[in-house]
Amino acid sequence: MKRSKAFISTFLFALFVYLFMTLAAGQSMVEGTILWSIEELVLGISVALIVGAVASSILCRSDDYRMLNPVRWIIMLVYTIPLFIEMVKANFDVAYRVITGDIKPGIVKITPDLKTDLGVTFLANSITLTPGTLTVDVDDEKSELYIHWINVGDEPTQTISGRFVPWIRRFAE
Amino acid sequence: MITFTILYAFLIISVLFNALGVIGLHRFPDVYTRLHAATKCTTFGTIFMTFAVIVYSGYMYYWNPGQDHYLNMALHTVGALVAILVTNPTGAHAIARAAHKVGIKPKFAVIDELEKKEAK
Repeated sequence: MKRSKAFISTFLFALFVYLFMTLAAGQSMVEGTILWSIEELVLGISVALIVGAVASSILCRSDDYRMLNPVRWIIMLVYTIPLFIEMVKANFDVAYRVITGDIKPGIVKITPDLKTDLGVTFLANSITLTPGTLTVDVDDEKSELYIHWINVGDEPTQTISGRFVPWIRRFAE
Repeated sequence: MITFTILYAFLIISVLFNALGVIGLHRFPDVYTRLHAATKCTTFGTIFMTFAVIVYSGYMYYWNPGQDHYLNMALHTVGALVAILVTNPTGAHAIARAAHKVGIKPKFAVIDELEKKEAK
């Protein structure tokens, strides 16, 4: 039972990727058929079956299936909006620093207090994607992130992660 | 017409930020600050370049409904965008971590808490 859940979720994910990549590819949209031709659907399902059988033990290593909840995926999509706003703001800041050369670099430590691996991964990637901050190292045990900050000023270090953490907590924990 | 104005605006932003990334790569003093310039401005520039491709192919698909390859191009560009957003920070993090592990100190650093932790 446990393995079958892993198999089904891996199968559906592989099928989704296959159908997404072959949507409207080449001769698929023949008159009167759905978005994919029958041959393509058969091939996609068989490839996804093989992928599900082989990769389910690697992709679904933990027994935690909270990410199967579609609400979390919707929140994850909504999260791209504040992430993008932060990226725009920080990009102009870094562009200013590139031109003037006015930098005060340093490695600071933040404790985001996220419990899951997925949450820490998302936070580290969001911080690195935002210009001016770069995750250098992660302490797994104490859940500390070491961040290279291009402008270490008087602002507290929590301003780096402050905008992201509540959002990530909403979908990853 | 407005579509092409948006498209050109996206392309100009992307080229501008890519150029700033290259300038920063030359101006900044050490590996970490260079990573900021190289990955960040390139990411931002590349995101807007993919936006331009998506706008263009969506526009062409809207006016040429039979030609599926435009829709296909837009969808594949979305896939490429997701791949960039996942791999770019991971690669930057890997380079920075490797650089700190072999002992390259950040130049002009006002604070280095990672070194303090490793010294303990």
